Amino acid sequence: MSTMEKNYKPEQPAVGQSISRLEGYEKVTGAARYAGEFNVSDLLYGYVINSTITKGKIISINTEKAEAIPGVVKVFHHKNRPSLAWFSMQYADMDAPPGSPFQPLADHKIKYNGQPIALLVAESFELARYAATLVEITYEQEDFKTDLIANITEARAPKGGLATFLKPPPPKPVGNFEKAYENSPFQASGKFVHGTEHHNPIELFTTTTVYKGKGKVTIYDKTQGTVNCQLYVANVFGLHFKDVRVISPYVGGAFGSGLRPQYQLFFSVLAALELKRNVRVTLDRHQMFTFGHRPPTVQFTRFGASADGKVNALNHEAIAETSRFEDYTEVVVNWSHMLYPAKNTLFKYNLVPLDVFSPLDMRAPGGSTGLHAIESTMDDLAYQMKIDPLEFRLINYAEQDESVGRPYSSKELRQCYLQGAEQFGWNKRNPEPRSMRRGNKLVGYGMATGIWEAMQLPARASATITTEGKLHVNSAVTDIGTGTLTVMSQIAADEMGLHMDDVTFTYGDSKMAFAPIQGGSFTVSSVGSAIKAACNALKKKILKKAKSIGNSPFKRVKIDEVIFADRKMISIDNPAVFISYSDIIAANGHKVIKSVNFAMPKVFKLKKYSRAAHSAAFVEVEVDEELGIINVTRAVTAVAAGKIINPKTARSQILGGMIWSISKALREESITDHRFGKYMNMNIAEYHIPVHADIHDLQVIFVEEKDDIVNELGTKGVGEIGLAAMPPAIANAIFHATGKRVNQFPIHFDTLM
Amino acid sequence: MITENISTPVISHKKKLSLTINGEVKTLEVKPWVSLLDCLREHLDLTGTKKGCDHGQCGACTVIVDGKRILSCLTLAVMKDGASITTIEGIGKDGELHPLQKAFIDHDAFQCGYCTPGQICSAIGMIAEGKAKTRTEVKELMSGNLCRCGANTNIIDAIMEVQEGLTNE
Amino acid sequence: MNDFNYTRVYSMDEALANVSLGKGHRVIAGGTNLIDLMKYFITTADELVDINPISEHQTIEELPDGRLRLGAFATNADTAYHPLVESRYPLLNRAILAGASAQIRNMATNGGNLLQRTRCYYFYDINTPCNKREPGTGCSAINGYNRTMAIMGTSEHCIAVFPSDMCVALAALDAVVNIVGPEGTRQLPFADFHRLPGNTPHIDNNLMDNELISSIDLPEKGFSSSYSYLKLRDRNSYAFALVSVATALDLEHGLIKEARIALGGLAHKPWRVQEAEDFLKGKQASKTNFEAAADLILQGAKSFEFNAFKIELAKRAIVRNCMMALDPDTQQPGAQPSL
Repeated sequence: MSTMEKNYKPEQPAVGQSISRLEGYEKVTGAARYAGEFNVSDLLYGYVINSTITKGKIISINTEKAEAIPGVVKVFHHKNRPSLAWFSMQYADMDAPPGSPFQPLADHKIKYNGQPIALLVAESFELARYAATLVEITYEQEDFKTDLIANITEARAPKGGLATFLKPPPPKPVGNFEKAYENSPFQASGKFVHGTEHHNPIELFTTTTVYKGKGKVTIYDKTQGTVNCQLYVANVFGLHFKDVRVISPYVGGAFGSGLRPQYQLFFSVLAALELKRNVRVTLDRHQMFTFGHRPPTVQFTRFGASADGKVNALNHEAIAETSRFEDYTEVVVNWSHMLYPAKNTLFKYNLVPLDVFSPLDMRAPGGSTGLHAIESTMDDLAYQMKIDPLEFRLINYAEQDESVGRPYSSKELRQCYLQGAEQFGWNKRNPEPRSMRRGNKLVGYGMATGIWEAMQLPARASATITTEGKLHVNSAVTDIGTGTLTVMSQIAADEMGLHMDDVTFTYGDSKMAFAPIQGGSFTVSSVGSAIKAACNALKKKILKKAKSIGNSPFKRVKIDEVIFADRKMISIDNPAVFISYSDIIAANGHKVIKSVNFAMPKVFKLKKYSRAAHSAAFVEVEVDEELGIINVTRAVTAVAAGKIINPKTARSQILGGMIWSISKALREESITDHRFGKYMNMNIAEYHIPVHADIHDLQVIFVEEKDDIVNELGTKGVGEIGLAAMPPAIANAIFHATGKRVNQFPIHFDTLM
Repeated sequence: MITENISTPVISHKKKLSLTINGEVKTLEVKPWVSLLDCLREHLDLTGTKKGCDHGQCGACTVIVDGKRILSCLTLAVMKDGASITTIEGIGKDGELHPLQKAFIDHDAFQCGYCTPGQICSAIGMIAEGKAKTRTEVKELMSGNLCRCGANTNIIDAIMEVQEGLTNE
Repeated sequence: MNDFNYTRVYSMDEALANVSLGKGHRVIAGGTNLIDLMKYFITTADELVDINPISEHQTIEELPDGRLRLGAFATNADTAYHPLVESRYPLLNRAILAGASAQIRNMATNGGNLLQRTRCYYFYDINTPCNKREPGTGCSAINGYNRTMAIMGTSEHCIAVFPSDMCVALAALDAVVNIVGPEGTRQLPFADFHRLPGNTPHIDNNLMDNELISSIDLPEKGFSSSYSYLKLRDRNSYAFALVSVATALDLEHGLIKEARIALGGLAHKPWRVQEAEDFLKGKQASKTNFEAAADLILQGAKSFEFNAFKIELAKRAIVRNCMMALDPDTQQPGAQPSL
C-alpha cells in the first residue's frame, strides 16, 4: 500500500461514451470466424433434404443410388433414426410456445412444405448437395390449408401457459366499447393485412459439430442462445448437460431466427454422434424459408373520438397464423391502451392453425404489426377531425398506462414528439393531402408513435480480477451484431473503475455464466444487470481480502465507504488510503479473485409500474404521381429508452430498425402459392430487402430519460423500438402525399398509380 | 425427377490449379464443381469471404479478381486458374488496416459483420472503377451488396469519407 | 449442381466442336446465370466448355462502315463503359447499368446476356410444373402468383418474361446478332433472335444447340441526343424489371424523324411495336403523341390475376420515358424515374 497523489480525478465513465465496436478489427479483416468457419480436420458435410409436399406421409425413401456414389457416407431419415428422446417436451427449448415442438425425423408424417426429412452426409459439400437429389422419395399427399385469409373463420383463442409471462394476452374489456363507439362523433376503422416475412440474416444457418468421443460434443452454432441450444441437444440426444458445449462467437445476424434451435443443429449433432465424426450442416438460402417466420396477420380496428379530440373508444382485433403443432403468439393488440387513455376498450387476439411451420419472433414481433394498425387508425382520426396528427397524439397523451392502471417507470415520449418534430421540420407540413410536391413527385409527411416493453430476464455473470490486476467478465450471451461485447465491457469497466483497455469480456459459449436467449431488447438489462451484480460481489470480496492483510487500514471500513476507481479500491473518507487491484492479487497469493452472480428483476417493485421504451417517427416520402414509385427521402426517429450505454452502437440499432421499417412497409414479403402450400420467392433476389439505393437521409435522436426503477442500469433496450413507429409513419406519409390509405404491407408502388 | 436427363452420372477428376491469392501463389487440386467461394472457404481456410446466398443475390462473397470485383459464388475455381485474387484477408498491408477498413470501424458501418468483407471488397472495386461521383451513384453502384442489419447509411458514409479522401489527393 | 467434366477451349472451332457433341456439353462464359441454374438443378451438364480462353470476340470494335461490334465474350461492364458506347450509344450504357449489380456486370458477357433464362418463380422451383423447364407439365404461373409475368405475346403454355435490360436497348437500337455454327456464320436481326413462347416455351431463342453467338453489331446511328432508359421495379436497384422502357428519338425542329420504343418486363422477348413507331414519325414530340403511341403499343395486352397494373404502368412508363428522352441529362442512376 502506498500513498497516492492528491487531486485524484475519477476516470470519465465508459458508459455513455460512443465507443467503436471492440470486435471491429476482426470484422473488417475477415478474422472473425462464424459458426460455419471452424475448419476442423476430418470434416464431413451434411445436406438436408426437404419435403416437396405440404401435408401427408412419406411412403418410401430409397437411398441406394445416392449411397452408391463414392464419398457418400450415409443418409439419415425417419426409418433409420437412432432412438432419441420420445417425450415431446424434451424438444421444447426456452422459446417454445405452448404445444408440441417439431421433432425432426420423428416419423413419416409431413406437416409442412419444406419440412426436413433426411440428411445426406458426404465427404464434400458439393457431393452432399448433389447426392441428395438422388434420394428417391415417394409420398402420399393429403389436403392442406395454408391460407390465413381463406380460413379466417377458423380463428380460435390461443392456448395459455408459461408463454403468457412474456407475451400477455389482450387486456380485458373496459367500459362499453360498442356503445361508446356508436356515440363517437368521429370514427375511424381499418382492416390491416400483413403477409409472411422471413428473417433472412445474411449468414446462413450452420452448425459445425466437433465429435469429442464418449457422448461429448463441441458445437459451433449460429444461435441467439448458446445455453438454449446446449439444453436442447442434451435433452434430445440424452447427453449430459456438461458434455455439450455450444460456442457462438460471431453471429451473422439473426433478428429472432436464432431464438430457437434450428434444424441444422439437430442434424449436425445427430450425424456427428452416429458417425463419430465432425460434421457441418449448412442450410441453403431457400432452406432459410423452411422454419420460423413472422406470421401473416389480419387486424381490424375501430377507434372513436369525442368532439374535444379525445379518443374514448378503442377496438383492436388481430387474427394470426400459427402451425398445427404449436400456438405461437405475439403481443399485437395490447399497445393502443398503453398509449391512449380511452375509457372504453375491446381487444381480441386469435389464431388460425395452418399447415405451416410455427412462426417465430422476428424483430419487434407483434409490436411492429399492431402499431401499424393503431397508428394509421389514429392518423385517419386526426385527418377526420382536422387536427394535426402530432397535436392529436399530445391531446391523448397517457400520463400512466391505462391498460393496467399503473404509472410508467419513466416516459419521455412527449420529448420524443417535440424533439423529433423540431428536427424534422414538422411545422412545414401543409395539412392538406396531395398539397405538397417537388416536380412531378408528391411529397408527404407522416408521423407515428412507437412503444416496446422494457423487460429483464434472470441472468448470471462471472467477474474476475486477473493476476495482472485486470478485470475479466464472462457470460454465455451471444453478440448478434447488437454491440453486446462493447456495451458489456463498458458496464464492467465503470463498475470496477477501470479503463476499457483493462477489461476483457468473453461470451458466446455455453460453458460461461448462464444467459437467456438474446432477444426482446432485454440483453443489456438482463446480462448488464448480472455483470453489475457480479462486480458488486467482487468488490465485497476485494474489501474482505484487503481487511485480512496485516495492519490493513480497511479493517473497519464498510463497502459503502470505499470507491473503486483507477484500478484501485479507495477510501472515500481518506483518498490517501487505497489498494490497487494488483496489490490485492499479490496479497491473495497471486491467485485471481472471482465472483459469479445472478441478477433477477425485482418483481415486487416492478409490479407497481409499467416499463416501456417509447419513440416517435417522422417521415418524408416522395411518390411519383404517375408511376407510383415511393422513396422515403427523409426520416427522424426520436427514442426514449432509458440510459443509452453506447450512443454509437445504439444509434446503429435504431438505424437498423428504421431500415427494417422501410423494408416492412415497402419491400419484404414471402409470397405463398396456396395451391402448392409453399413460398414462391425463397431467395433474396426475389424476397426484396432494401438495397443501398433505397436508403436516404435517416436521423436518430436519443431523448434524455432517467429511470431508477426499470433496472439498476436504467436501460430499456434499443433492438426493437426503431421498428415500432416508422412503418405506420411511412404509411401515413404516403396518405398525406397521395390521399390513398393503403393498409396492406408491403405497399406495392403500383397501388398508388 | 430432375436428374433424369443425365444418363450416367459423370464422376469428374480433380484439376490442378494455381491461384495467386493476396500475393501468394497457391497450388491446389479441386473438382470442377467447386465454386471459387467454396475453394477459398473450405479448401484454403480463407473464411473472410462470406457465403450469404450462394446464388449471386447478396454480394457477401465479393472478391477482387484481376483487379475487378466479382462474385466468387458464381464462378468456378477451375475457371480462375492463373488469376490473381484479393480477398478481405489481403486488403490491408503489413498489418495496417486499409483506409476503408478504418472508416468502416469509425462509422460503425456494420453490426453482425457478415456482409462486411463483401461490402469492403466491393467498395474497393468501385473506387477503382472510378465511375461513382456522387452519393447517389455510390449507393447505386454498391447496391449489389445487401446488408440485413441496416447499416446502409453508415456503410455509405464510410465509403464517401474514403472516396472523398482519394479525390482530394 | 451435378458433377461434370471441365474443358477449356482456345478457339471458336474448338468450342463449336464441343457444343456439337450434344446437350450434355454446355458453354460457360461469365457463368452468372448458368452456375445459378446448375446449383438449383434447373440445368445440368456433363461437361462445361469454358470459352473464356478464346482470344477472339472479347473486344468492342468499330467497323470500317461505322457500325460498332460488341464481342460476345466482352463483359457487360466493359461494354457499358466503352468510350464509343458511352458517347454514341448512351442508351445501351444506361440499360446495361440498370441490370444486375456491378459485380455481376463485371462477370456477365454480352452473349450470355442474350441467352439468360427467365426469372419466373415457377421456372426456378423444380418441384412445380413448368412448361419451360419440363415441357408438357403445364404452366403454374397462369393461375398462380403472376405479378411479375408477361402481358404481351403470352401463350396458354407460358407467361414468363425475359429478364434482360441490355437486350431492351439492343432491340431499340436495331442490333444484329452474329452467329457461328458448323455451317459457317449467319446473322439474325435482334427482333428475330428471341422467340415468343407459343407451344414451345422451352425454346427461348433461335440459336441452335450447335451454334454460338460471336458478336452483336450496332448500326452507326446511336440516338445519342435523345434517349432514355427507365426501369420500374420493386426496389430501386438489384431487382428485375416489372416494366422497363428504352426510348430513342431522332428529332428535327421538335418533330420526330424516327422513334424507337422497346419494352422489357412485359414479354418473352424485348417488345417493339412498329405501328406505334410509325405513328410518331413526323409528329411533335409531345406528351399527347407519346400517349397515343403508348396506347398503340399496349393495345393487345392481356393481363392475369395479379399483373393487370402492368398495362397502365407500361403506358405511363412509355410516356414518361419519351419525355425523359427529350432531356437525357435528367436520367437518374439505376434508371429511376426523373423529371
